[in-house]
Amino acid sequence: MLELQEMSAGYRATAVVSGVSLRFVPGRILVLAGPNGCGKSTLLRTALGLQPRLGGRILLDGVELSALSPRQIAQRAAFMAQSRSVPNITAGRLVLHGRFPYLSYPRRYQKRDRETARRALEWVGGAGLADRPLTELSGGQRQKIYLAMALAQDTETILMDEPTTFLDVRHQLEVMALARKLAEEGRAVGIVLHDLCLALRYADRIALLHGGGLLDYGPPEALYERGLLEKAFGVSLGRVRTEDGVQYYYRPLSGRGIISEDKVRK
Amino acid sequence: MNSWRTSCILKRPAGLCLLLALLTVLAALAGICAGSVPLSLRDVAETLRGRQTDTAAYRIVLYTRLPRVLAGLLAGAALAASGALLQAVLANSLASPGVIGVNAGAGLLVSLSCALFPASAWTVPLAAFLGAALGVLLVLSISEAAGASRISLALTGVAVSSVFSAGIDAVVTFFPDALNGYSDFRVGGLSGVTLPRLVPAAWVIGIALPAALSLAAQLDVLSLGSETAQSLGLPVRRTRVLLLLLAAALAGAAVGVSGLLGFVGLIAPQAVRRLQNGGGAFQLLASALGGALLLTLCDLLSRTLFSPYELPVGVVMSLLGGPFFIWLLYRQRGGRTHA
Repeated sequence: MLELQEMSAGYRATAVVSGVSLRFVPGRILVLAGPNGCGKSTLLRTALGLQPRLGGRILLDGVELSALSPRQIAQRAAFMAQSRSVPNITAGRLVLHGRFPYLSYPRRYQKRDRETARRALEWVGGAGLADRPLTELSGGQRQKIYLAMALAQDTETILMDEPTTFLDVRHQLEVMALARKLAEEGRAVGIVLHDLCLALRYADRIALLHGGGLLDYGPPEALYERGLLEKAFGVSLGRVRTEDGVQYYYRPLSGRGIISEDKVRK
Repeated sequence: MNSWRTSCILKRPAGLCLLLALLTVLAALAGICAGSVPLSLRDVAETLRGRQTDTAAYRIVLYTRLPRVLAGLLAGAALAASGALLQAVLANSLASPGVIGVNAGAGLLVSLSCALFPASAWTVPLAAFLGAALGVLLVLSISEAAGASRISLALTGVAVSSVFSAGIDAVVTFFPDALNGYSDFRVGGLSGVTLPRLVPAAWVIGIALPAALSLAAQLDVLSLGSETAQSLGLPVRRTRVLLLLLAAALAGAAVGVSGLLGFVGLIAPQAVRRLQNGGGAFQLLASALGGALLLTLCDLLSRTLFSPYELPVGVVMSLLGGPFFIWLLYRQRGGRTHA
């Protein structure tokens, strides 16, 4: 399990977020939400040692993160980066590289690795894509392939940095459904999302980052009721019960439920 | 999408390598047989076995054709492998050895050596190799200090290259005679290559190419972007510098043999990528074979097209390679690729 204690993160000496304590619990989806620039992606990268932290403690399976090598970290927690580079490689080979942390030089993949990669690709519903070059796939298919790579890494914790950005709505829902499936298998899933409605709908817990720290934390219902989401994002939220469960929506800025800027800041 | 693309042998990475290797062998044999004095395969076989050492055929093969074909194979493979490494490490399909200061560094030292030792034949390859190494180390260390990102590396390459080019122009202005030797080097060519001159380059390439092939998985992972690579446990900066040094060694060794034929380094990996885009060691190997094939064929044409006159191979390469490259780009039009 990944645990942050009073962690501060940022660039050079400037903290973007500070004093954040969070636990990524197996079986749960934890969504990091907050307006642009609140430091949610920075927090996620720092939590896995991908950028230096400015303070606090990070424990991975009870071990201080700095005591683990990058390879040991990669065997315990996977990370899906936000940047969508499209390397010249087939989908199958990309997924196979999820096994990279388990090999030492000269890094030749074994039969067992190929089997794990094949199962991961099947799991995300991409079995037919193995031989296709990544450059020929759509954004949604590519995201699934990256998810399969994280899965092939076979870690308890999987962190995703804005996995739904640039995807059409169907692929957004597919990615979130796969995230749910991962949690149901007993993995700890941490996702940075800036789509508030998606976050409220799929998260088990939401960590709301705003103003350089953790503004609120809890189940979506509780967060909605406390109203801090509205304060952080500067919008008015509504909730309706539908046949498909509770749905959240934004009220238009000119609508009757609008909160004026001063009211937001009070 | 394209009929030749879907044919199954090209789809299998090992199949493509095998096909390219076969074509390269054929091109090399043709390169040894064809020329102003045509030789039969049998003559060549006899000669290579060392049966008849006093014939004209023996001298032609041993002192002219064989060194030349070997130089083409080595330089072509090394430049193409170097280009493929750079394109993957810098995530830039336009990257070629020139980007990291190889051409400018080699050019500067070669122009200097032509100015200072105009009569000496062997200083050119030495100066080329040292200059290439100097240019690359300068570009690498400056960009390292500036953060070692892909962008800082490419920009440093541009800056260092322009300073070096100014140096070349200055040398040529003060020593107009240096221009003769330097312009041969700049156009690139394989004429006048001897076996002893190939030996150092062969050593460097013989070590650097297998080393690069053994790092193919790291190269793949690096091309996924530094964040993803780091999250997979790869030491990104160290691996990037190591692969760039290998690319530099390959290009530097090749430039010492053949002069500035950087275009092979751009075109061969790109052409291979249009046949097959699977990543891994086979991709790198196919690029190297493609480069060897391309340079050997171009050299063959440069010697035979206007025989007994000879075009510099660099000229043939650019005249044929440019349109070929444009044709490749045109073929992929409408295809769903982002490469």
